[in-house]
Amino acid sequence: MSLRIVVTVKYVPDATGDRHFADDLTVDRDDVDGLLSELDEYAVEQALQISENSDDDVEITVLTVGPEDAKDALRKALSMGADKAIHVEDDDLHGTDAIGTSLVLAKAIEKAGYDLVVSGMASTDGTMGVVPALLAERLGVPQVTLLSEVSVEGGTVKGRRDGDTATEQLEASLPAVVSVTDQSGEARYPSFKGIMAAKKKPVESWDLSDLDIDEDEVGLENAWTAVDSAAERPARTAGTIVKDEGEGGKQLAEFLAGQKFI
Amino acid sequence: MAEVLVYVDHVDGAVRKPTLELLTLARRIGEPVAVALGNGAADTAAALAEHGAVKVLTHEAAEYADYLVVPKVDALQAAVEAVSPAAVLVPSSAEGKEIAARLALRLGSGVITDAVDLEAGDEGPVATQSVFAAAFTTKSRVSKGTPVITVKPNSAAVEPAAAAGAVEALSVTFSAQATGTKVTARTPRESTGRPELTEAAIVVSGGRGVNGAENFAIIEALADSLGAAVGASRAAVDAGWYPHTNQVGQTGKSVSPQLYIASGISGAIQHRAGMQTSKTIVAINKDAEAPIFDLVDYGVVGDLFDVVPQLTEEVKSRKG
Ligand SMILES: Cc1cc2nc3c(=O)[nH]c(=O)nc-3n(C[C@H](O)[C@H](O)[C@H](O)COP(=O)(O)OP(=O)(O)OC[C@H]3O[C@@H](n4cnc5c(N)ncnc54)[C@H](O)[C@@H]3O)c2cc1C
Ligand SMILES: Cc1cc2nc3c(=O)[nH]c(=O)nc-3n(C[C@H](O)[C@H](O)[C@H](O)COP(=O)(O)OP(=O)(O)OC[C@H]3O[C@@H](n4cnc5c(N)ncnc54)[C@H](O)[C@@H]3O)c2cc1C
Repeated sequence: MSLRIVVTVKYVPDATGDRHFADDLTVDRDDVDGLLSELDEYAVEQALQISENSDDDVEITVLTVGPEDAKDALRKALSMGADKAIHVEDDDLHGTDAIGTSLVLAKAIEKAGYDLVVSGMASTDGTMGVVPALLAERLGVPQVTLLSEVSVEGGTVKGRRDGDTATEQLEASLPAVVSVTDQSGEARYPSFKGIMAAKKKPVESWDLSDLDIDEDEVGLENAWTAVDSAAERPARTAGTIVKDEGEGGKQLAEFLAGQKFI
Repeated sequence: MAEVLVYVDHVDGAVRKPTLELLTLARRIGEPVAVALGNGAADTAAALAEHGAVKVLTHEAAEYADYLVVPKVDALQAAVEAVSPAAVLVPSSAEGKEIAARLALRLGSGVITDAVDLEAGDEGPVATQSVFAAAFTTKSRVSKGTPVITVKPNSAAVEPAAAAGAVEALSVTFSAQATGTKVTARTPRESTGRPELTEAAIVVSGGRGVNGAENFAIIEALADSLGAAVGASRAAVDAGWYPHTNQVGQTGKSVSPQLYIASGISGAIQHRAGMQTSKTIVAINKDAEAPIFDLVDYGVVGDLFDVVPQLTEEVKSRKG
């Protein structure tokens, strides 16, 4: 038996950098360093753990849709231990929204071949948390999403989902799409050996024609959503800051009373 | 006037507040038609009618509880086909976003998540989003199909408005995918008796500076004196001091209360992502250089073990 896992990983602008928008209201990628979305490290980690706990032959492919630099995200995932990588890159992809991104990812996943897709809970830039559900819908397979615990055994995936009002135990047959939260377990650091090995691992590059996607199905012009404006939030007016000299709690209470909170 | 579908988030018939907010926003763009599914669906009608629902489409079936997400998508799709709405609004919970996305895909529509405001526009509803950890405010539209938009809790003040709220049974045929993901067990969250974190008007949060699970009693005491919900930073959650369900931030809950009080929290970007849109922000931190002070309306540089109990006593005595 073999198990083919595809991990979707996004290349995102560093959240601690000065993120902003370009003139066409897409994310400005030139001024901020990019990296593998930290929440996708958890997806790579869980794929590696599924592989380590499995008696089957497991092959882990990491997949990204993004600009040229997105290769960095793939390298990071390969250095953590994934086996190979696929980079979908095409100038016509610029500005693609969630519906479009899920189309490209789904076509690439089908072309790669899969038994299990593992995604992060959300990207750290768009933070929509919808792509895994969209992939399940497109691929016509179960979604087993937002898992804080996941296991795969005998063609079944099981997991725990900590929801708003309840904790649920979930179960589905493979093939399936899973997404994992940052509660699923700390992601490993790539070892020196891992980093060296990653340099030799295959990275395939596909464009839209490889995936039979028309240029008018993706990109900013063809997106299902349109951003009309983006404005920097005005800086908050400087607040009052006091040093506690023994009366700090009382002073704060005075402020709260003035604001009618008490 | 055009109809607007509103997905009802309820627990056994008790409507949760974000849905009432959606009804208020829906009235800006059309006539709200509510869709309530699962156990107790019909019991939601009275509350929905008081808040402007002209119609309440209901459907009860075991599938909604026994399988994940897809049965609800099937039902919303049936509702869209029955009503041909101008837009579909869904509360921005984790599940709500997944339902909205799959529905949009089926309808050939675009989806916008986490709107913080909504208004009518010439080309359909315009959504305001607060992005990049609330550093930017964008205005977006769905440009293809029936707009499907999820809205964050606390995005609008609930305004009652009586309407007919006529209950109609929705006819739903479940898709082949509906039973794909089985829910094999469910443990409801124990109620603390405190307000729901995302819905609370006041949130009192503790971070690494609280320094221990037992010390969270100090944070809870302040919260209780103010009738507030309790939040925590990821550092406090990861240390096991407070449950993950109370985490505020990018990978926790996003809150937008009237008042947010942060104690022993530095204000890392991922924490700010979940609380920066709070109306009034207060922080207590012993480090005058902590980034949280850049956000505050009022800050106390001091030891939380001195300041928080004193504040709690003062609140109690002022409230009598
Ligand atoms: C601030 C901002 C707001 C946006 N708002 C909207 C909106 O309202 N509607 C809309 O349609 N689009 C929106 N977009 C565009 C959208 O973010 C991208 O199309 C994106 O690729 C999909 O959504 P996400 O990044 O939020 O992914 P999420 O759904 O949050 O990501 C979940 C997981 O999907 C996988 N994934 C996502 N994107 C990729 C990728 N490119 N390559 C590989 N794996 C991936 C990862 O595993 C990730 O962890 C927005 C973008 C930004 C920057
Ligand atoms: C992908 C990703 C997602 C994340 N998601 C989240 C999230 O959802 N929520 C979140 O909170 N974080 C999140 N984080 C973590 C975030 O980056 C920070 O590590 C975290 O917010 C720090 O928590 P803290 O402020 O409690 O701790 P610290 O940064 O350690 O700050 C503790 C503060 O307490 C003060 N202090 C100490 N003792 C006292 C005292 N006695 N009295 C008063 N003040 C005192 C210190 O001066 C300090 O400022 C995420 C990180 C990543 C990478």
